[in-house]
Amino acid sequence: MPETSNATQSTRSDRAAISARSLVKTFGAGENAVHALKNVDIDIRENEFFTLLGPSGCGKTTLLRMIAGFELPTSGTILLDGQEITALPPYKRPVNTVFQSYALFPHMTVAENIGFGLKMLGRPADNVQGRVEKMLALVQLEAMANRRTDQLSGGQQQRVALARALAPEPKVLLLDEPLAALDLKLRKNMQLELKSLQAETGITFVFVTHDQEEALTMSDRIAVMRSGEILQIGAPKDIYERPTHRFVADFIGDINILEGEIAGAGDGTAQVRLKDGTTISSRLAEGMAQTGPAAVAIRPEAARIAGQGETADLSGTLENVVYFGAASYLHLRLNSGEEFVLRQPGGLDGHDLSRGARLGIAIQPGRARVLE
Amino acid sequence: MTETSLSAAHREAEARATRTRYGLLAPALIIILAISILPLGITVVYSFLEPGTYGGVVWNFSTDAYVQFLFERDIFDDTLTFDPAYLSIFMRSIGLAFGAMIGTLILGFPTAYFIATKPRNQRNFWLFLITLPFWTNLLIRTYAMLLIIRDEGFVNISLMKLRLIDSPISILYTDTAVFIGLIYSYLPFMVLPLYASLEKLDFRLVEAGYDLYASRWKVLRHVIAPLAKPGIIAGCILVFIPGLGAYITPELLGGGKSLMIGNMIAIQFGSSRNWPFGSAAALILMMLVIIVLLIYAASAGRGRRTHG
Repeated sequence: MPETSNATQSTRSDRAAISARSLVKTFGAGENAVHALKNVDIDIRENEFFTLLGPSGCGKTTLLRMIAGFELPTSGTILLDGQEITALPPYKRPVNTVFQSYALFPHMTVAENIGFGLKMLGRPADNVQGRVEKMLALVQLEAMANRRTDQLSGGQQQRVALARALAPEPKVLLLDEPLAALDLKLRKNMQLELKSLQAETGITFVFVTHDQEEALTMSDRIAVMRSGEILQIGAPKDIYERPTHRFVADFIGDINILEGEIAGAGDGTAQVRLKDGTTISSRLAEGMAQTGPAAVAIRPEAARIAGQGETADLSGTLENVVYFGAASYLHLRLNSGEEFVLRQPGGLDGHDLSRGARLGIAIQPGRARVLE
Repeated sequence: MTETSLSAAHREAEARATRTRYGLLAPALIIILAISILPLGITVVYSFLEPGTYGGVVWNFSTDAYVQFLFERDIFDDTLTFDPAYLSIFMRSIGLAFGAMIGTLILGFPTAYFIATKPRNQRNFWLFLITLPFWTNLLIRTYAMLLIIRDEGFVNISLMKLRLIDSPISILYTDTAVFIGLIYSYLPFMVLPLYASLEKLDFRLVEAGYDLYASRWKVLRHVIAPLAKPGIIAGCILVFIPGLGAYITPELLGGGKSLMIGNMIAIQFGSSRNWPFGSAAALILMMLVIIVLLIYAASAGRGRRTHG
């Protein structure tokens, strides 16, 4: 999956739809000031599905609201197709939002909701109606056109909100955690639907979420944010497999982080001496410090139990086994006292899996990474 | 045997429950009867009687009071000629009450919106300011208004001191004075229901409106006003209906020159000594109010149907 999205990306134009330059947003002043955004630079390309990912309070929604025009930055500029829009009011920006709460107009029918933007733009009525019908077909709600919005289910309301925001053909569609209120199954369906809608319409989507799985499955590129800063921007595969920041590694997926010190480095690889004295060969990203304390990150699926006669990279005592059918998660306690989780695929035959058993851990070459 | 005694006990319990129900309802029923239905009944009866020479009524059935409302009876040959004098007082009252309703809506809407958009802990302070006039008697407030707008009052003196006018603008004892007085008196009745509606407004819908290319004016017209409609209608009713029957304001600020229905009715029971006609006028006024309420009920019903 990530491979194909990388391939399509190269055929995309690299022109920026949205560019933010040194965006700063501070709420309040003095000691109580809250720094929602600290000097954010970002380029969101045309036609891409771009996700702002981070825990609540990381500034992702503030950034989105700034692109929509609901917030003015304290300093910095926002460009849309190269034109500055920093101070433009929301109703003058060719940007539409799908709100977290949907914010459907309760005094209008589904069709009136969808046609609202076009009506406000002063499009002739027959033109509006044609477009509304097209949108209703796109989100498969033709039968609901004359319903009131409070007669719809959560998923249907979500679709109306989408159709309403897409109807005026915005240059950029902003989505503020639009799936948060849906139950798991519906959310999975909507994820796929959103993705195919984006491909169909060719509109740039900027999606805000705190759900890392959602971000990984839907996005062309992800920006991981924490306390008003962007830590890493990249394709889902880059973010998952090559996290450069400790927070990114920890936030996305499960990961083991082991503390240690770089004993020697060269050629993109570092020998990291862990607390229990074992040395692990880890990938070192460009521009990282070649000495000093370092942390090694290893995904659970990049490690397995070392076979008989195989040299183990690490060893520990087994504390817990969580069986998942296709794979099992083994929780081990390393000699250093740190916890280590590995994902052992297939059956567990041939291994002593009693609590307290000593096991060797083999790590796939190149899958251990040094973090900043 | 047990079954029959059970059902008997059941009946007994039910009878007791009914007695309790009526017992508890009794105070409310008595109050409604005494202060609402009884006086209304007396008014209806009086309107069909003949006036006594020194006030009161003579117990002879007559529809003269209603005829008198539109026609003048010739003293000598009993012919009826159309006389719009009373009708014009009614029309003026309707006009003034309607004007006051529009005026309070124009002034009250931004006020209510302002309060509704304040942080929750500050709203009570602003609402307190709106209700503050209620702490003073309407009569005294109306006198204060009289002092402000009279020829030697605050407004005229200030304007003359500022050399904006040479001679005072005569406002007092005109329809304008009554109009200003009505707006002043009834503004809180407009602001409070509007506030109640706007306070419940989901301001994310306002944002959605802005996002979908609606300017401030269009958001007000297409999003805020339709959602605040219950408050707008309630406010309009609360201003229009008491405005129609206003007494103190036209009495003091209209100075007897600009009569409204309320004053006319008062005169019938006072100096004119025509209680039946006063009763009839009061009932005509009530019919007018009921018609307005029916129109409202019909429009509210239609609104629900189009949504349903």
